[in-house]
Order: sequence, then structure tokens, then C-alpha cells
Amino acid sequence: MSLSTQDVEKVARLARLAMTSAEIETARTQLNGIFDLIAEMQAVDTRNVEPMSHSQDLTQRLREDNVTEANQREAFQAIAPQVEQGLYLVPKVIE
Amino acid sequence: MFESSLKQLGDALRAKKISSVELTQFYLDRIARLNPELNAYITLNPEMSLAQAKAADARLATGQADALTGIPIAQKDIFCAKGWLTTCGSKMLHNFVSPYDAHVITQFNQAGAVNLGKTNMDEFAMGSSNETSHFGPVKNPWDTARVPGGSSGGTAAAVAARLCAAATGTDTGGSIRQPAALCGISGLKPTYGVCSRYGMIAFASSLDQAGPMGRSAEDLALLMNVMAGFDERDSTSLQRDKEDYGRDLDKPLSGLRIGLPREFFAAGMGSDVARAVEDAITEYKKLGATIVDISLPNSKLSVPVYYVLAPAEASSNLSRFDGVRYGYRAPEYGDLTDMYEKSRAQGFGDEVKRRIMIGTYVLSHGYYDAYYIKAQRIRRLIAQDFVEAFKQCDVIMGPTSPSTAFKLGEKGDDPVQMYLSDIYTIAVNLAGLPGMSIPCGFGDNAMPVGLQIIGNYFDEARMLNVAHQYQRATDWHSRAPQGL
Repeated sequence: MSLSTQDVEKVARLARLAMTSAEIETARTQLNGIFDLIAEMQAVDTRNVEPMSHSQDLTQRLREDNVTEANQREAFQAIAPQVEQGLYLVPKVIE
Repeated sequence: MFESSLKQLGDALRAKKISSVELTQFYLDRIARLNPELNAYITLNPEMSLAQAKAADARLATGQADALTGIPIAQKDIFCAKGWLTTCGSKMLHNFVSPYDAHVITQFNQAGAVNLGKTNMDEFAMGSSNETSHFGPVKNPWDTARVPGGSSGGTAAAVAARLCAAATGTDTGGSIRQPAALCGISGLKPTYGVCSRYGMIAFASSLDQAGPMGRSAEDLALLMNVMAGFDERDSTSLQRDKEDYGRDLDKPLSGLRIGLPREFFAAGMGSDVARAVEDAITEYKKLGATIVDISLPNSKLSVPVYYVLAPAEASSNLSRFDGVRYGYRAPEYGDLTDMYEKSRAQGFGDEVKRRIMIGTYVLSHGYYDAYYIKAQRIRRLIAQDFVEAFKQCDVIMGPTSPSTAFKLGEKGDDPVQMYLSDIYTIAVNLAGLPGMSIPCGFGDNAMPVGLQIIGNYFDEARMLNVAHQYQRATDWHSRAPQGL
């Protein structure tokens, strides 16, 4: 498998990473090297093997639907790039 | 003083032979002198450290002290600590003063330990050399032309250079064990789920695990007693009874069965590393252990599997960094998408971007089964190898890293070369097993070699016993770099 320039551009767009065409080309070479390594997986027979996401095969814990966290809006907004009147500011989304 | 064990320091504090303020100031002075060259710490806050030390002294005066009360501990900069700059080694978080404490930090605070400072690390814990940190590389105290390993490289260098009594690390694919090996210290990655991930900035959530790094197994046991424990805020935290990780330290090793995986002793390991590891095995035989030949046939697949799973989880975890609620925002941008794209492009370093892209690709439409699910299936095969192996042995041993510390810049621009340096550690994370590294000698270039000890699930106390008995019989762990 080999990634094309268009593939890498698409991935950068999906990942929300602005990249110059030179950066895209460097990334393409490096990603292809990494996917050559990853390709070793394809030779393994994994029929009848269940995917594993946790070693203890945990199921999700449930809890009572109670409020457990205090409201810390001021503390959280104090570290935001741009806020006004308790709201996070971003460029206009709707015209 | 800086050669004292945590137990000795605790005894001295409780006996009022030294105060926590004096001890903390002693370390802060050492850091001021030695850190400019090593770059092991990226954030210091003497005012906050000394305030904690004063509070610890007040607690010591009441006789209500715990084992670590008043002891200065360095924290990897991946742990959120309230009021502390918490950067995760990234420009993305260069201005992030955490509004809350990670569970591990809370545990240390409750124990009365002093937060001595935040240690340098590879950006978002992605790296094996500490060279991906936005704040510059850490130097190995044994040879400042060489890397300390990564990603917990700042912690490893700080412990090796005696710039703290002990410290914390995190390990997703070897990030505690490999730098411990390269800096000649001891480090333990517990069973997945033993230490809470709450407030520990996420890299790959199904693999990330916090653990202690220090100068001896005995010290690690005391740190584990503080760090481990159930936390309902981490959905994968395991509900288990509290245990004393030091309970078995003094047990003799007669009858211990050590499994040596054939695959770990095949081609790829440096001859100097092999020699040191074999000498350690010989020492274990003298201590009464027997050797069992075992096989981990799928372990060779752990690097490719890891470089699907870890980037996939990272690309998802790191999507939260968008320049809206905290962290870096680009100074100039057009619309909202442009703001996201520029903030992320400028805020993340090259290695982080690379892994986000791998992850985004393998999770994208049409590739999910071929990559992510395939990797999860092989992950089970890798874990099953260990289950089979532990039917024949009590612990598994081998090298931690194929070579000793390499030179800064040596691995160059080829990420794959860097990835392969974690070949012996990654399988342990994939299986969710506990693993540790302890110093076992020196290589050709007089750099430390690490012995890896892998235990069965929840067998940390036994591993610490196995390490402690070796450290009673040898003195590799008490060797220190020159010029300190």
C-alpha cells in the first residue's frame, strides 16, 4: 500500500491540520514508511480471534445520575483563549 | 542526603533530624545548579513547593505523618496539578495552568508529599528520546551528549542526577521502563487499571498507565502504595482491595521460575546489553531461581500493532485541542475551520502530527476493520502468548531496550528507527501486564543497561520482591553519574 499526495491531503483535512505542500510530501514519505511496518499485520491469520480492548475485558461501570462536580465556570474560563460575558468566543459560524 | 532511600528520608523527617522545608530547599538548590544543563525540569514553582513543605512539617509535628510526608517528589508534566503550569511537553499547552488535580497528584497531596516540580517529556508522551519536547531535549546525566530515553525522560534524568527523591512517569509503550533503563534507575509500569488515569493527559487510553520511578525497588513500593487505588472518575480503573506493595520485599527467591522469551534474545539486541542481561540472570540463579525457556511468538508484531492502536486512540484524544476552551490559539485566522487548522498546525509538533495523521487514516471510512480491528485481534494473540508463558514461569525477564542510550539526533528523521527502540516494552502494554526495569550493569560506552522484569496481572508485589532481592545482592542501582 502506498499513500498518494491526495490521500495525505485528505487526512490532514480530516485531522484539522493546516499543512503546506512541502509538509504534505514529507508526511507522505514518512507515513508510507510507517505503513510498510504496519503491513506486517496483514500476514497474520486472525479468523476466530476476538478483538481485545482491555486486558481484564471490563464492562462499562454505571453510576447513579447525580451531579457530582461543582460548577467552576470562572476557573475554567480564566484559561480560555477568548471569552466574553461567560461565553467562549470563536469566529462567526452562522451568517 | 541525596543517596538516602525514601524510607531513610521518612525516618529522618519523622525523627525531626531534618525538616521538609530544608529537604525541599536542598533539592531546589541542586536543581538550580544542575538543571540548566540537563533540562530535566520544565516548570519549577519554589513558592508552592515550599508551602507544601511547610504544611508537611506542621503535619510531621503532630505525629500524623505517612511514609512520604514531607518528601519532595517530581511529577511528570503529563499530570494536571492545580495551580501548576501543565504543558505535556507541548506548545499546545504552553500556557495551561491546570484548574484541577489528577488523581495521582491528589494521592500524593493527601500523603503529604511535596511537589518539587514538573519534569520534561516527549510531547504528549510521544517519543522514545525526549527530543520531541517543545521545551528542548533532556540530556542524559551519564553523558550529556546522549538522550535519556522517553517519554518520561525528564523524570528519569532527574532521578538519576539526584534532583528529586523519586518521581512519577507514565508508560504507554515503554515510557517508564525505557528511560529508566537508559538512565540507570528503577521504574515500574503497573497492571493497566491499577493507577487512575484521571487528570493524566490522555495519549492512548487503552494503554496509558502511570507508575513510579526511583532509585530502588524498595522506593518504588512506597510510591505504589500512594499511587495505586480505585478511582471512579476513570472508567477503566479497577476496583481492588488496597494492598501493601512492599509486603513481599524480603521473601527469598528460592524456587522462583524465570521465563526467558527466545524472541527477546534473538538478533537485534546489542552484544553489550546481552552480556549485562545474561550476567543478571546468572545472579538470579545464585539467588535460587530456575530458568525456563519460553516463547512469545506474536511479540514481534507488537510494534506494528502498537502503531495502529496508539495513534488511532491519540487522534481521537487529541481532537479536544481546538484552540477554543484552553491552550494555544493561532494569532491570525479566518473562519472557524481555519482557526482549528492553524491552531493545531502551530500548536502540535511534527511527531504528534504524524501520529494524529496515522490515527486519522486508520480510523477513516473503509479502513477501520483492516487496521484498527485487525490490530485489536492481534493484540489478543499477543496477550494470550503471555497467558501461556505464565503457566510455566513466575516472572519473565529480558532486556528493556535493544541498546544503551543513543546520541542526541542519532535516530535522525526516520520515525520507524525510533519506534523500533521500544520493541521489548510494547507487548507488555498491549497485554495490560505490569513491567519494570532495573539497572543491571553498563554497556560498551559506560552507559547503563536495564533488565526488564514482566509479571503476571496484579503481581507487582512479587516483581518488587524479585527486583529488591537483586538490588540487595548487587549495587548497580546505587551507582550515580559522575560530577554530581
